[in-house]
Amino acid sequence: MFRLKLVPDSLAFDFLRHMRLTAAFSAMLALVSIGLFFGKGLNLGIDFRGGILIEAQSQNAVEVAKIRSDLSRLSLGDISIQSFGSKRDILIRVQRQEGDETAQIAAIQRITETLGENFDIRRTEFVGPTIGAELAEKGMLAVGCALLAIMIYIWFRFEWQFSIAAVIALGHDVISTVGLFALASFEFNLATVAAILTIAGYSINDTVVVFDRVRENLRKYKSWDQAKILNKSLNETLSRTVMTSVTTSLALLAIIIFGGAVLRDFALAMLWGVTIGTYSSIFVAVGVISRFDLKRSDDEDNSAPVPEYER
Amino acid sequence: MLQFEGWKKTVVLFVILLGCAYAVPNLFNGSRSDQSTAGVMRFLPGEAINLGLDLQGGSHLLLRADLPAVREERLEGIAEQLRLSFRDEKIRFKGLKASPKAVTFTLRKTENETTLQNIFKELGREFQVINEALTYNVSFSEAGLQLMADNTVEQAIEIIRRRLDPDGTKEPIIQRQGRDRVLIQLPGIDDPERIKRLLGQTARLTFQLVDTRTTADEAKRTGRVPPGSQLLESVNKGEASYIVEKRVMVSGEMLDNASAGFDQNGRPSVNFQLNAAGGRKFGRVTAENIGRPFAIILDGKVVSAPVIQAQIFTNGQITGTFTVEETQELSLILRAGALPAPLIVLEERSVGPGLGADSIAAGQIAAVVGMILVIIYMVASYGLFGIFAVGALFVNIILILGALSALQATLTLPGIAGIVLTMGMAVDSNVLIFERVREELRAGRKVRAAIEAGYKRAISTIIDSNLTTLFAALFLFIFGTGPIKGFAVTLSLGILTSMFTAIMVTRLFIVLWTDAKKPKGLVL
Repeated sequence: MFRLKLVPDSLAFDFLRHMRLTAAFSAMLALVSIGLFFGKGLNLGIDFRGGILIEAQSQNAVEVAKIRSDLSRLSLGDISIQSFGSKRDILIRVQRQEGDETAQIAAIQRITETLGENFDIRRTEFVGPTIGAELAEKGMLAVGCALLAIMIYIWFRFEWQFSIAAVIALGHDVISTVGLFALASFEFNLATVAAILTIAGYSINDTVVVFDRVRENLRKYKSWDQAKILNKSLNETLSRTVMTSVTTSLALLAIIIFGGAVLRDFALAMLWGVTIGTYSSIFVAVGVISRFDLKRSDDEDNSAPVPEYER
Repeated sequence: MLQFEGWKKTVVLFVILLGCAYAVPNLFNGSRSDQSTAGVMRFLPGEAINLGLDLQGGSHLLLRADLPAVREERLEGIAEQLRLSFRDEKIRFKGLKASPKAVTFTLRKTENETTLQNIFKELGREFQVINEALTYNVSFSEAGLQLMADNTVEQAIEIIRRRLDPDGTKEPIIQRQGRDRVLIQLPGIDDPERIKRLLGQTARLTFQLVDTRTTADEAKRTGRVPPGSQLLESVNKGEASYIVEKRVMVSGEMLDNASAGFDQNGRPSVNFQLNAAGGRKFGRVTAENIGRPFAIILDGKVVSAPVIQAQIFTNGQITGTFTVEETQELSLILRAGALPAPLIVLEERSVGPGLGADSIAAGQIAAVVGMILVIIYMVASYGLFGIFAVGALFVNIILILGALSALQATLTLPGIAGIVLTMGMAVDSNVLIFERVREELRAGRKVRAAIEAGYKRAISTIIDSNLTTLFAALFLFIFGTGPIKGFAVTLSLGILTSMFTAIMVTRLFIVLWTDAKKPKGLVL
């Protein structure tokens, strides 16, 4: 009977052999990301920076250049206009206006008036400077608390070495995702924070599955070399890791292609996260624990062969 | 493990049926009140899922009540009250003035302590008086400030409700947040600008006599306004200003009703009726001042200043340069009453109904396509067991929808993404189990023993991995706002239901299959 198997049953790949290479790659990825974050900076959306976002749909195709010249006459400062989804849709972003909140509201009014009757205003978002700062603070708090809680949970369920490895792997994913956003100038907004936390959740899920197997094999093969056990655990879980990455990516692809413009960036970030999360649970998480001398617990020994009556 | 007791089967079946019962109302999308479905709906427990404002269209507004402005205004009132009381008691003072945070004055000489205390008591218990020798400082006490904030925000919420939802049909959510904030969620709005127009003015209406002793031009030129009067601008830019007596003759609180209409020249106007007390006062003032212009003032600007032709009691008319729409909005605002404080918009998110509908449609297509892709992949990888997993996936989706309806949680656009994502991740638990079973088969176990061992070993992994993901979702829920919160809810529910379906539902399928077929071999 046909079975689609992306990973052969009898795979025995030496993941740890190239550990130097992957460690160097990961370190570089993290460093470049940090460099991009501080050097180039994030393209912060209005959620965090404050400002105005208007999505409008015209009855016929839009000449972005004409709209741009019309709106620049309002002298509202930095205005970005882009097509959004179809030729009839545009997305207008306006920087935070000088002055207090009333100045912002007035700006929205002037833009909608300038666009005129031909446009249907589909979405208006305005975030004042006070709220922007609060949202940024809350977002960072959310990511920080989630990482901490995950670390504590893993520490309870496994040994402390696993907890450290898991958090390093997670930090690696979060930092490189932020780096990607800086590099590609994707808009970084509240939805991005949600995407990052979901990536963290996905990545930790993957890591825990591998760790679970490592723990089991540590009990099972007491006399084995630690690196051999880690390699065996990775090979045994690889089939599942690939299966889950593929199903999740398929679902994400569906969102990217059909889910509409609003969700596209979100799903793209997630797709990146699934890829990097899979990579990090193999090479970063296991790579880190391979540096430790892990405790072999003495309880139940599963190494006995399958008993006769079960055959 | 493969012994699946009868009661367990019943529980699983019951949960699935419950999920279906709660999920079914969603098939009749948005037609809750529709006659054709009303009969069916009566037998079902729940209602359809609450759609978030980003899906059904609507406005989310976060406002701040300008409390410092209220405080300043109250202190100005206090200064005025002290001035009158001192005059009555023949107390001599100097330098009486109100600053944004306090009223200060200095007495000329020591006064009777009891008289002073009586005057201060009349100011109200929100205020505290501190003095150093003869210099006095009147300000809000800590508790007084809190009381002022509470009263102002609660009153503002009441007025906002009356302005936005005069008929009580739109079900807006209006909540106080923190000390001075008000959150408004108003579904189904075509014109978000209208909301801001309705809330943008405090709408304090007063009638004050115009001071005819001098003209506005002269006052501007000399920089002197007669005592007891003030210079006010006209609402129409470029029109002449007015010198108006400070004394308020009649104010908006005395209004009984207001409606849009037309004056005798056919211009749009706001017609109003005063209550009995207001009518008496209006009648007295108009009788005494025939021939003098009477200013109608809205939020500190003169709308118009018609000359009093005859005595008027309860019924009056405001005309200016209004459009019909403006008179309708103004009369609505006047009926609702004045806001106790100006409102400042801190955050606004409005979605038109068209975009919401498009988002739902796109989300549905993405969900169906994602589902089909996952089904093909699962069946290709695991054959019959893949079909079991797909069956469990369907149950999973039904349970998510059912749980969302039962909890009356709000489904947002990121929430739809959460559901689609859960589909990808939901099969993960099944994959874990199936991969484990594969290994056990390879180790030489028989079908039943392999399935049994596979389940037993996979479960702790499933629980560990899902619980950690649940943590991430929990923090999203705690710190997230609006749509993000919705995403966290669907993600958490998805994790819980997918654990249930993988551990219980797929297993039920497999148990039923092994019991019926008694397979000797299994290709997985």
